[in-house]
Amino acid sequence: MRMLRKDSGLISALALLPLHAAVAAEPGVNALNYPGPTWSPYVVGAGIGVLSWLTFYFSNSPIGASSFYAQVSGFIGKLFAKRHTNSLTYFKDNPPSVNWELVFVVAIIIGGAIGALTGGEFTNEWLPPMWTARFGDSLTLRAVVAIAGGILMAFGARLAGGCTSGHGISGTLQLNLASWISVICFFVGGIAVAMLLFKL
Amino acid sequence: MIDQRKAVPQSAEKSAPLVAVAPKLLAGVVFGLAFGFLLQKGGVGKFNVLIGQLLLQDFTVAKVMLTAIVVGMVGIFTLHHFAKVKLHIKPTRLGANIIGGLLFGAGFALMGYCPGTAAVALGQGSWDALFGMAGLVAGSWIFAELSGWTKRTIENWGDLGKVLLPDLLHIPRGVFVVIFAVLLTAGLLVLHQYFPR
Repeated sequence: MRMLRKDSGLISALALLPLHAAVAAEPGVNALNYPGPTWSPYVVGAGIGVLSWLTFYFSNSPIGASSFYAQVSGFIGKLFAKRHTNSLTYFKDNPPSVNWELVFVVAIIIGGAIGALTGGEFTNEWLPPMWTARFGDSLTLRAVVAIAGGILMAFGARLAGGCTSGHGISGTLQLNLASWISVICFFVGGIAVAMLLFKL
Repeated sequence: MIDQRKAVPQSAEKSAPLVAVAPKLLAGVVFGLAFGFLLQKGGVGKFNVLIGQLLLQDFTVAKVMLTAIVVGMVGIFTLHHFAKVKLHIKPTRLGANIIGGLLFGAGFALMGYCPGTAAVALGQGSWDALFGMAGLVAGSWIFAELSGWTKRTIENWGDLGKVLLPDLLHIPRGVFVVIFAVLLTAGLLVLHQYFPR
């Protein structure tokens, strides 16, 4: 009974997503009212550019992030259904292993923590303030939307062959046609859905 | 350094004991730390900066990416010219790039972080990134389940193979890099002029 009520609450919360937005304090949230970067974007961009030289030269690897999640899903799959996991086309072509990209993304988490702590920016919060301003303080709503977004994004990344790092930085800087098409589509899809969510 | 790696066949590298791959993994850790640190300082681990870009209010993401592309491109093509690095080109598949790209974008707007910046967000204590990361693992699994089908269908639609922009336009790579670097820098100057952030 309790479970049922929780579920129906969730469903109504989702159905009311646009309504939540409508009753939020300010219609049309402004991203510039919230904290921005601490370093110049040009310094950071140049740093990432130089970092890409180093990863190509020393590791023979382009910067990328999305395949980390595919590897983790492969490890979990192997834990519960080894034969089935090994039979899937994607894992036949890309067998999960402890490799460069796996440790690279784990290290990104630590690098992000060092950046935040050295700048006094460690947030320790479950809901981004800009999200709360628009959709209220339901953690369930945020969780459902973020999980759904993650599922769509990972599926899209695997289909397109990369993410904002693999295509958006490493592929575009190599002048790869696939990457320029993909990254333009990332932003077309992203802008359309973000406008629906935050501007309507 | 590159020659050494060339001598190791791909399959041997995969099944090599941890000791043999440890230096490569250690390099991955160092570069990952630097990447995460830079992204955090660039503000792109922040929900409002990422969503702000999609709302065309905050152009930090575009500035970071375009600068990285200009600097990265000039260096990588110079190193490649002197045979110091190998290029890593993924094939162009119009159907998969476009459909996958649009799905990715829709997911990006819902989640508010992308795969790399979610890791940064988690590091800086934005715990909602955990939900998104769980979704990313689930979505990767769903793709793997359907990967036999996508390989037979969507991934064959408009399969052009490995194509670089200069080859498509029949312009020598070096010339293209110089022209493109100038154009992208001009784009950055325009962004800098019209968008304070």
